[in-house]
Amino acid sequence: MLDPLIEPLEFAFMQRALIAACLAAVACAMVGAFVVLKGLAFMGDAVAHSSLTGMATAYALGGSILWGALAWVVPASLVITFVSRRANVMLDTSIGIIYASGFALGVIIIGQSSNYAVDLFGFLFGNVLGASWGDIYIVGGVAGVIAIVIFAFYKELIFTSYDSTMATVSGAPTRLIEYLIPLLIGVTTVVALQTVGIVLLLALLITPAATARVLARRFPAMMAAGVGFGLVSTITGLYLSYHLNLATGPAIALVSTGLFALALAFSPTGGLGLLRKRRV
Amino acid sequence: MAAVTELTGNAPALDVRDLWAGYNGPAVLKNVSFQAPRGKIIGIIGPNGAGKSTLFKTVLNLMKPWRGDALIFGKPIGLQRNLIGYMPQIELVDWNFPVSVMDVTLMGRYGNIGLFRRPSKEDRDAARESLERVDMGDLGDRLIRELSGGQRRRTLLARALTNHPKLLLLDEPMAGLDSALQHQFISILRSLRDAGTTVVLNTHDLSCVSAACDLSLCLNCSVVAYGSPKEVLVEEVLNRTFGAHLLMVHMDGQAYAYQHHSHQTGGKE
Repeated sequence: MLDPLIEPLEFAFMQRALIAACLAAVACAMVGAFVVLKGLAFMGDAVAHSSLTGMATAYALGGSILWGALAWVVPASLVITFVSRRANVMLDTSIGIIYASGFALGVIIIGQSSNYAVDLFGFLFGNVLGASWGDIYIVGGVAGVIAIVIFAFYKELIFTSYDSTMATVSGAPTRLIEYLIPLLIGVTTVVALQTVGIVLLLALLITPAATARVLARRFPAMMAAGVGFGLVSTITGLYLSYHLNLATGPAIALVSTGLFALALAFSPTGGLGLLRKRRV
Repeated sequence: MAAVTELTGNAPALDVRDLWAGYNGPAVLKNVSFQAPRGKIIGIIGPNGAGKSTLFKTVLNLMKPWRGDALIFGKPIGLQRNLIGYMPQIELVDWNFPVSVMDVTLMGRYGNIGLFRRPSKEDRDAARESLERVDMGDLGDRLIRELSGGQRRRTLLARALTNHPKLLLLDEPMAGLDSALQHQFISILRSLRDAGTTVVLNTHDLSCVSAACDLSLCLNCSVVAYGSPKEVLVEEVLNRTFGAHLLMVHMDGQAYAYQHHSHQTGGKE
């Protein structure tokens, strides 16, 4: 009876995919908690899209695509914050500029590259079945750094996200946090690139955290529940993709969305509250 | 009180000296100078756009003044953060954020906990004590989105009290409170003052100043008048402070001040 669950794991590529996808789910859900509360979904989407430049450059030069993406997202996410602070434009304006220019540059580089990049399309929509151990080490290392940074700056991240004015008055390093959050988002996109790809990143970054937001009362529970929903989504999505022969990234994205819809429908407090008792 | 006196001599709680500040346009604050003596409740009153919030931001070092400075017990704020409690405007806080009353109150201690460390039992005790001082002792586990307007304000006040501040800065603490809740809030402020805390609050509500404050500063970009509410809240000063925003109605030998945007406020002879 457990065969459908065990059988796929006999393949080494499925084992690797499962590990890579779970690492991505955990990192995304942790960072996603802040993204959802601060309303920074657009920033996540933009950094992911702009990372095409880094990936395309690395590919054209024959290097690792993940390292290329990482090398791009770090300066890109810092520039977004810097531009919005200095140029007196709204944050989402500077995000939009990076989004379009990074994606455009990436497409041009791909077009110029002589070896037409088939697996770059894997990075648009995810190709976690192709994850190598080398990829997993990078993804695992980056995810580990993300988790450590979040635990180290946990109270500053919460304080600044909740009330940055008061955080500044108390002497918290709000300037640092202001740059740290976009940086975390940027680096997280690298972790998730193989699992859901550039285009579907938000399905792992936003949706599990949003599901948790609907159900959880306090922040720690929200972050933990988000990790749980992220893991359930990726694991379920992977199995569905194996048995039904679906593309993995979209399968994960849709499972994640399904969980959100369920949470919305049956939330005891928020959402549509289908199970809530009606008050007369 | 004794501790402060030993620590910082006899300097006033807040000493604002020739302060000029603004954004991209003309100056919002021009040549603002005043001293807030210790152990008093000082109300800063003026119309919207008079620079009340800008004054707070400059005092708190959230924005740089063009000129002049503000000293807290005789020293720049960077050295005196621990002596200050600050309560922001209630609308500027995200009340949907998934945190409890206790979580928010504990944040008042975060500045002293240091990086990479978790709140200690001492921090939790201090937060609990603050909540009790504002009559919120049994609401610590409540989520902030479940609070009423009065409870929200008291939560922010409790957060400002966690370090036992000697100077409290309250930005529009009474806006939107009905008169019963205003009285409740004022009595909390009075007990803080009686325990030696200096309270400086912003408001555009005249009745709040006359009911709660020992001293009243009328601000309209620069200081129009500063003194006891009785001396300051007179027609001539109010007209200069509020200009077209204020309507004075004379009736039965009394002058009533109406503010354009809100309900009837205080009456004065």
